Amino acid sequence: MDLSYSDEEKAFREEVRSFLAEKLPKEMSEKIRKGEELGKEGQERWHAILNEQGWLAPNWPKKYGGAEWNAVQRHIFEEEAAAAYAPRIMPFGLSMLAPVLQKFGSQEQNDYWLPRLLTGDDGWCQGYSEPGAGSDLASLKTTAVRDGDHYIVNGQKTWTTLGQHANMIFCLVRTDKDVKQQEGISFLLIDMETPGIEVRPIVLLDGGAEVNEVWFTDVKVPVENLVGEENKGWTYAKYLLTHERTNIAGVGFSQAGLTAVKRIARAEMAGDKPLIENPHFAARVAKVEIDLMAMSTTNLRIISKAAAGTAPGVESSMLKVKGTIIRQEINDLARRAAGVYAMPFASEAVEGSNAALPDPLAAGPVAAQYFNNRKLSIFGGSNEIQRGIIAKVTMGGGA
Amino acid sequence: MNFALTEERQMLQDSLRRFLRDKYDTKTRNAILESDSGLSTEIWSGLAELGVIGALFTEEQGGFGGKGFDLTTVFEELGRAGVVEPFLDSAVLAGGLIADLGNDDQKENLEALIGGALQMAFAHGEPASRYDLTRVTTTAKADGDGMVLNGRKAVVVNAEAADMLVVSARESGEAGDADGISLFLVPADSKGLTIQGYALLAGGRAAEVTLDDVRVPASARLGEAGKASDAIEARVAAANVALCAETLGAMETATKLTKDYLMTRKQFGRPIGTFQALAHRMSDLLIEMEQARSAVINAAGHLASDRKVRESQVSAAKNLLGRAGRLVAEEAIQMHGGIAMTQEYELAHIAKRIVMADHRFGDTDHHLERFIALAAA
Repeated sequence: MDLSYSDEEKAFREEVRSFLAEKLPKEMSEKIRKGEELGKEGQERWHAILNEQGWLAPNWPKKYGGAEWNAVQRHIFEEEAAAAYAPRIMPFGLSMLAPVLQKFGSQEQNDYWLPRLLTGDDGWCQGYSEPGAGSDLASLKTTAVRDGDHYIVNGQKTWTTLGQHANMIFCLVRTDKDVKQQEGISFLLIDMETPGIEVRPIVLLDGGAEVNEVWFTDVKVPVENLVGEENKGWTYAKYLLTHERTNIAGVGFSQAGLTAVKRIARAEMAGDKPLIENPHFAARVAKVEIDLMAMSTTNLRIISKAAAGTAPGVESSMLKVKGTIIRQEINDLARRAAGVYAMPFASEAVEGSNAALPDPLAAGPVAAQYFNNRKLSIFGGSNEIQRGIIAKVTMGGGA
Repeated sequence: MNFALTEERQMLQDSLRRFLRDKYDTKTRNAILESDSGLSTEIWSGLAELGVIGALFTEEQGGFGGKGFDLTTVFEELGRAGVVEPFLDSAVLAGGLIADLGNDDQKENLEALIGGALQMAFAHGEPASRYDLTRVTTTAKADGDGMVLNGRKAVVVNAEAADMLVVSARESGEAGDADGISLFLVPADSKGLTIQGYALLAGGRAAEVTLDDVRVPASARLGEAGKASDAIEARVAAANVALCAETLGAMETATKLTKDYLMTRKQFGRPIGTFQALAHRMSDLLIEMEQARSAVINAAGHLASDRKVRESQVSAAKNLLGRAGRLVAEEAIQMHGGIAMTQEYELAHIAKRIVMADHRFGDTDHHLERFIALAAA
């Protein structure tokens, strides 16, 4: 048992830290710290900075231009990036689609799409969920019917994150209705510019519009955009979902969030003393911090197993559940800490004419983040689905 | 024992519920939320005509209610429909303080207020006061035959729409002293008064209010000089009872929407409410709903009691509603899934009303500490 990082790992951490200190633009980290939108251009700029360093695709093999980091290195990077308030790397193309292409795609597909991912020529979004197929993803109804050299796609996808910025979407579509649900699904790459596609933003409860509905009406997709074999899409989708679950615990986000909570609570007065010295508030913070310390080690235990080559199984689900509970609790603390100044509507109060609002608000739109992050326990396989998986794997029958 | 509403209150509840069901749907409200004023004058006068504001005042004050259960009857319905119009700030707080402390001249404003023609706001909290009602640093100094006010008020709800503000200011003592706080009626167009407005996350608008040598006549003072603290505490107690009832109403909508959704939404070939894991959680919410309802009844029933009893009951209700409200809001969203994250679905706004109520007049922890302190006193 040794809780310390190896010398190589420590050196790697130093390398990451000095890279971030040198290359992460201050105005960018300031935006992230305040919880403001980075925007499409800002996101692309950060990707370009990482790509120049060769770090944009941490999990890709070197032969495709990736960093080929192991799980521990990826964890160190994520931890440092969160602590420095670096933007996150948009996962849809780089860490969700790319592993599927590398494992199941044709050589032509890899040669064409992977370089474009690194250079930012394509922005991807994910077409999985449908209005009637959320947690029960395999019940999806969007159809693709073969017609000569094309598929004709009809249907609707929803919760398409950043679909408004993407020029490409990877979709799960039904290519066979007469077999078991999971056996009639295919994996298609679709150009968002194709006639018949309509993107409609969904306004969320925090006022943001990061997700969309995407409608497909007789959309023609060339057959060479099929990934792998027809009707094998469910296998690829499951593979993709395991990659969606890297950094699933969100330890770095939680640590940065807890630091923010403490900063707000030091500035906010409760009676004669800073809120951080209030025993009830301090107890709330301590309890989450204790949970986070333990989960951080759970995360490392699983990561170090993964780095040694054992694929995480049910532990991913456990980390998803605990990780999201902790992150949401931290969002709740930030909201509480800000007191009455949690009430103003985020975008209006933090930006522009009301920039004169007092210190707690400079911590960011805490209440909006609290509401926005309710999504953490819903998307990517809800916590109910995760608990079902844990029960099924550990007790056979499931709940 | 009789937990039934009186006939008058039952009629008020029925007509209010009908009015809001017909005129205040999600789409209408979302349009109000996005409007520049953040409120609908049409809804305001419609509800005033229905007697909503009158129900918050006693007959002597020009109304027909004014008791704890009148407040809860009105606000439970406002909460059920997610109403964002500032009845709490304009009527219960600002209007209520005029009714409690004002002289005959000052009370003349109440007629217009009850009729819906006058809007008011209560400018009390300050950037560093958090939930402490006595932490007033805004000053009021005598100057000739008038008073001069200086200071800053934080997150003053309805300040922009108000014709008149009830402003607290200190005439003696220091921040944290109950003694020395006075209240003044300040017209919104007073020289030196700056109102910097913004929308609120859960609807409505508030503002940072700066008073820079604002001059008012001495006759603008409500009640005795430096003696407003007890009245403020009592009015905030009434506001908290109203707010708890509003939260209860919103929680009812949240649980109803969730129950309906669990019985209709199908995943894996069956309604999701038939999964025991969800059914049990729904049951827990319903149990908490009963707790919340009783806490509101306790607080409303003791609003006219002695200070210690009244404040203990109010803090108990605010603490319990804070806990139960958070549970209901979060679980309702979680059990719905993604749909509840969208603003066009009713629950989104309702959940925000529930959670953000914890940020007014003391949160869950504040009232827990207060409950403990009152018991020890």
